[in-house]
Amino acid sequence: MDHLHRKLRDHEAAMFQQGYLDDQFSQLQKLQDDTSPDFVIEVMTMFFDDSEKLLNNMSRALEQVPVNFKQIDAHAHQQKGSSASVGAARVKNVCGTFRNFCEAQNLEGCVRCLQQLQQEYSLLKNNLKYLFKLQQEIKTAGRSIHTRG
Amino acid sequence: MAQFHVLAVDDSVIDRMLIERLLKTSSFHVTVVDSGTKALKFLGLVEDEVRNEKPHSIAAETDQVVEVNLIITDYCMPGMTGYDLLRKIKESNSLKDIPVVIMSSENVPSRINRCLEEGAEEFFLKPVQQSDVNKLKPHLLKTKVKNEDDLINNKRRIHNNAIPLKN
Repeated sequence: MDHLHRKLRDHEAAMFQQGYLDDQFSQLQKLQDDTSPDFVIEVMTMFFDDSEKLLNNMSRALEQVPVNFKQIDAHAHQQKGSSASVGAARVKNVCGTFRNFCEAQNLEGCVRCLQQLQQEYSLLKNNLKYLFKLQQEIKTAGRSIHTRG
Repeated sequence: MAQFHVLAVDDSVIDRMLIERLLKTSSFHVTVVDSGTKALKFLGLVEDEVRNEKPHSIAAETDQVVEVNLIITDYCMPGMTGYDLLRKIKESNSLKDIPVVIMSSENVPSRINRCLEEGAEEFFLKPVQQSDVNKLKPHLLKTKVKNEDDLINNKRRIHNNAIPLKN
């Protein structure tokens, strides 16, 4: 089970080092305890659902003629807020740039930013899913150790 | 000792999860709603009754007196903003003494000042952290002591006015 722990620790460290996660994610982890053992996964699952909805909305809004920059900005604002709340640093930063392009009513900039946002979000989601998978494997391994002889 | 009851208001589902967990970790009893309108309903104030409401806030559905010791609300919400909600609370005879805290993801000094001037106790920048929530208890205790002081003063007054009967 040691190698699993090491894998988890390394992966988590890398996510922080590479800026996918910031201190706010650590705050979420601190809020998880015996009374709320799945808190992080619950919040992140909600974040995934919320983000995917917003990304879709932004995509559709950019296809409209004429483009409603105020509405797209509202979506970007929401995405920025939720990213900040869960510690999704890279996603949050792209949202900041996105909002600037919205304010400038720069369509090309917005389209580029949306692509970047989708990319960062995908990377974050995959990395987090792997993190949760490792945590689950450790849990399962721990359980089977206890039930053996 | 009874727990303090905090009403949290935020239109973001993620922020609602976060604030609820933060408050519960600090041993508060928590009610979370997603709009200012729902907050006022919970507090027993329906919008058009604001001006002529009765001294006790009576929850519309349950006919009970709802006791809320602190309200913490997001600033940016569709429809009724946190600032609008703050104003309605401070304009209400039954609710104006409840401490109100505002949260916002944006650091706008004029916004912060406006809220503090309107009577907000604190203004937290999001994401809200444990260290922010730790700042809430003093505001709650202040209100409790104020109420207890009234009780003590009333008792003293009665005692002083009592004329001992002597033979």
